[in-house]
Amino acid sequence: MTTDASSIDSVRTGEIEHPDTVANQVFGFWLYLMSDLVLFAAIFATFAVLRHNYAGGPMGKDLFHLPYVFGETMFLLFSSVSYGLVALAMRQGNKALVLRWLVVTFLLGLGFISLEVNEFYHLILDGNGPGRSGFLSAFFTLVGTHGTHVTFGLMWMAVMMGQVITKGLTTPVQSRLLRLSMFWHFLDIVWIGVFTVVYLMGVM
Amino acid sequence: MLGRLSLSAIPFQYPITMAAVGGSVLLGIAILALITYYGKWTYLWKEWLTSVDHKKIGIMYIILALVMLLRGFSDAILMRSQQAIAAGTSQGILPPDHFNQIFSAHGTIMIIFMAMPFLVGLMNITVPQQIGARDVAFPFMNSVSLWLTTAGALLVMVSLGLGEFSKAGWSGYPPLTELKYSPGTGTDYWIWALQIAGIGSLMTSINFLVTIIKMRAPGMSLMRMPIFVWTALTTILLMLFAFPVLTAALAMLTLDRCLGMHFFTNGLGGNMMMYVNLFWMWGHPEVYIVILPAFGIFSEVVATFSGKRLFGYTSMVCATAAIMVLSFTVWLHHFFTMGAGPDVNIVFGISTMMIAVPTGVKVFNWLFTMYRGRIRFTTPMYWTLGFIVTFVIGGMTGVLLASPPADYVLHNSLFLIAHFHNMLIPGALFGFFAGYTYWFPKAIGFRLNEEWGKRAFWCWIIGFYLAFMPLYVLGFMGMPRRMDHYANTAWHPYLLVAAAGVVVILLGILSQIVQLLVSIRDRHTARDLTGDSWDGRTLEWATSSPPAVYNFARIPVVHDIDAFADMKEKGITYQRPDRYHDIHMPKNTAKGLIIGALTFLFGFAMIWYIWWLAIAAALGILSTVIARAADDETEYTIPAAEVERIENQRFRRAASTSSNGPSNGAAPRGPLLQV
Amino acid sequence: MNHAPITGAGASSGSYKSYAAGFILSIVLTVISFGLVMSRVLPRPAVLFGIFGAAVVQMLVHLHYFLHLDSSSENRWNVAALIFTVLIMVIFVGGSIWIMYSLYYRMM
Repeated sequence: MTTDASSIDSVRTGEIEHPDTVANQVFGFWLYLMSDLVLFAAIFATFAVLRHNYAGGPMGKDLFHLPYVFGETMFLLFSSVSYGLVALAMRQGNKALVLRWLVVTFLLGLGFISLEVNEFYHLILDGNGPGRSGFLSAFFTLVGTHGTHVTFGLMWMAVMMGQVITKGLTTPVQSRLLRLSMFWHFLDIVWIGVFTVVYLMGVM
Repeated sequence: MLGRLSLSAIPFQYPITMAAVGGSVLLGIAILALITYYGKWTYLWKEWLTSVDHKKIGIMYIILALVMLLRGFSDAILMRSQQAIAAGTSQGILPPDHFNQIFSAHGTIMIIFMAMPFLVGLMNITVPQQIGARDVAFPFMNSVSLWLTTAGALLVMVSLGLGEFSKAGWSGYPPLTELKYSPGTGTDYWIWALQIAGIGSLMTSINFLVTIIKMRAPGMSLMRMPIFVWTALTTILLMLFAFPVLTAALAMLTLDRCLGMHFFTNGLGGNMMMYVNLFWMWGHPEVYIVILPAFGIFSEVVATFSGKRLFGYTSMVCATAAIMVLSFTVWLHHFFTMGAGPDVNIVFGISTMMIAVPTGVKVFNWLFTMYRGRIRFTTPMYWTLGFIVTFVIGGMTGVLLASPPADYVLHNSLFLIAHFHNMLIPGALFGFFAGYTYWFPKAIGFRLNEEWGKRAFWCWIIGFYLAFMPLYVLGFMGMPRRMDHYANTAWHPYLLVAAAGVVVILLGILSQIVQLLVSIRDRHTARDLTGDSWDGRTLEWATSSPPAVYNFARIPVVHDIDAFADMKEKGITYQRPDRYHDIHMPKNTAKGLIIGALTFLFGFAMIWYIWWLAIAAALGILSTVIARAADDETEYTIPAAEVERIENQRFRRAASTSSNGPSNGAAPRGPLLQV
Repeated sequence: MNHAPITGAGASSGSYKSYAAGFILSIVLTVISFGLVMSRVLPRPAVLFGIFGAAVVQMLVHLHYFLHLDSSSENRWNVAALIFTVLIMVIFVGGSIWIMYSLYYRMM
């Protein structure tokens, strides 16, 4: 295949000389999320294997309160939508609006975590902590790993609020907000799996 | 204050260990003293430790791998010596506790801290250049990966002098690794070394995936990439999807140990078989991670030194992809005997046998490449030929083991040990040695001594046969693995031969050390002045040796497979552009090193239950990451005039080799090679 | 420093309508799932099918309306990566359940 090297060169070199950093960062982060999916898959698989190992202790239906879990789910879902509003405000270049919706998302996410910590606290207080049985170890770890991810997301969100205030909506800041949005929506997707497999199936 | 760490952590009761610790400490002090004496601290800091240059990071990875090779090999010498002595009523020189730590350390080091850094190092040096790029996608993350891997290796090394290492093998099965049966620090050292190195590997895989998919030179479609880049791509896909499983498995084991959970415990609802399942779900892809880059290196070497394009490029790519996909479907063959039904066993047995097919395709393609080629018998070619012959033998023993009934007899016998060493040494390690020799001039600027390289090869291959062929026989005679002493004296002669083999391999390693010293001494006569050390075919040979920090002053345009060979045929190599551009490169930073150091401290603190240190280190890591994110000035510009100066200097040097220099587009050959 | 909104990058295009649609669909699917289990109207196999189906659909809703995943050329590699990941997850999770069930049946 013969093509004129110099003409291709002058057209394409411009692009290649300055790689699209943001596109690379977004794609790289997407790949990280794929690896995270496999991490959750391994923990889900373990939960599936240990789900009936009660060791004489309580089962799912003894412990889970579905209306409570529905409430948690709503907190997380609403926070996903409010982050969508962050993204739209960012596209409009509206710094104040970005900050407002970041705060709303943060509070909703914090609400989710508080509800989850409360649930764990009461379970442990009743002697149904993760050391009680294989089932409970798997439960606490699966739900807890998701919660840990959400907590890191909240810390990241706080850092981003600081960066938006101090630096404004620069390209790097926007790129980070974009990746945080991917992270946040991804966690909501994992939660769908969690409430279906752990809570809904656990109660049946 | 210091958790469970105290002076009793130092293993005064093991003289051999204390000697090793003493020797290592003295060696460390000697190196620090030499650096100080020659006033090289600033140079070391600015040019290497804070570098984000993929070429330097690659060299540092390989240095780590070679150092850990020596450590892992010392373990091998100890094991062979012990088994050569401890026949009949003899207990040998090593108590069982110590022997168990040695085989555990040997496996862990060789796979995670020798093979992985070696292949990642070679990928680092070569892949960006082969695709015509200036760097990887995320240079800072590249630095973090290096220092995390080093932190993991350091934890394993520290375990020699403080506490103990794991006694549960490199695979760490519960319930032995649960707190009840391994309360000491051994299992914890093993867990954290693997966990930390694993995160580094995951970051590397993301980095190189984005690099290969998004940063290829114009005209380089996927089907025009060098084969080594294809094998790198499949390798990092394996890494991306396999390592999270290891992370999960080790995390659950840690939760069992630290927080009293019951994932894999003996009672209260634990299922220890699930650990084995998860470990090998990672473990099988891991061994393909280790071998695929070696296959890629052999492809490059065979093509270059046969003077021909690789035979069957498309089938090579398909075979590599097939191996990658299949390697996710075979993991149960590591535990045929754990008790699953025949239906499960036979499905995994069949998928395991299937992997031999694409591997066979590759072997035939290498042979067909050599057929009717003009072969140059250089050291890399020696490693390749030794590989082809020996690896096929090991591959066939693999197909034998893939049959569940056969495996019931041979599982965990020395036959298995012989099989996987047959894959790893002539397969992976010879590949890395070939790549090391092949790309050394590119990375460093002068060729390695051929004579000593060939001597090293002969010692390694003869030593390998002596050390491992007897093990196949011993496997059939019924000898299990990991035995510190044995009653059956019929096994003794074979183990003596194996011990002789390890001595011959030692001569091979010594030859490689001599090779390095001699090459450094003779570096001025073996300099690669043109950048094309071997009359190469792929783009890395178009840069200078060593390359400028930016690799290519102008990103090349690619028209065919073997882009550089194609350019030579068309007479368009080394064209000077009429105008140079400014080039933006990432700045050096200490933050990668700092994160590595803090992660080491975190791991150490978790092992010894020094909770305040663990929290402080974790906060430190977080702060460093946030500080890096706040930094907006992470690049610097090389002005066009400076680029021009560097390029002019390069072409002046290259033109001084012969009158037929690169200035008129002809392809230069390096100085005469010994055949 | 450049303050213009970043374009392309494969995951940034959205609108109020898409977030609203995703939001409504998600609520409906969540209510269906919880409702199926809490009301105990249908037999167990039907409920299982229902909640898994609703979960998969809701995940796709999130992927499309919130993460803006579609078949455009920008997103091609992301979709390819996702499909491969799902394949790996099916092999790992399905394989583990099959293996561990066989082991449980014969060894426990």
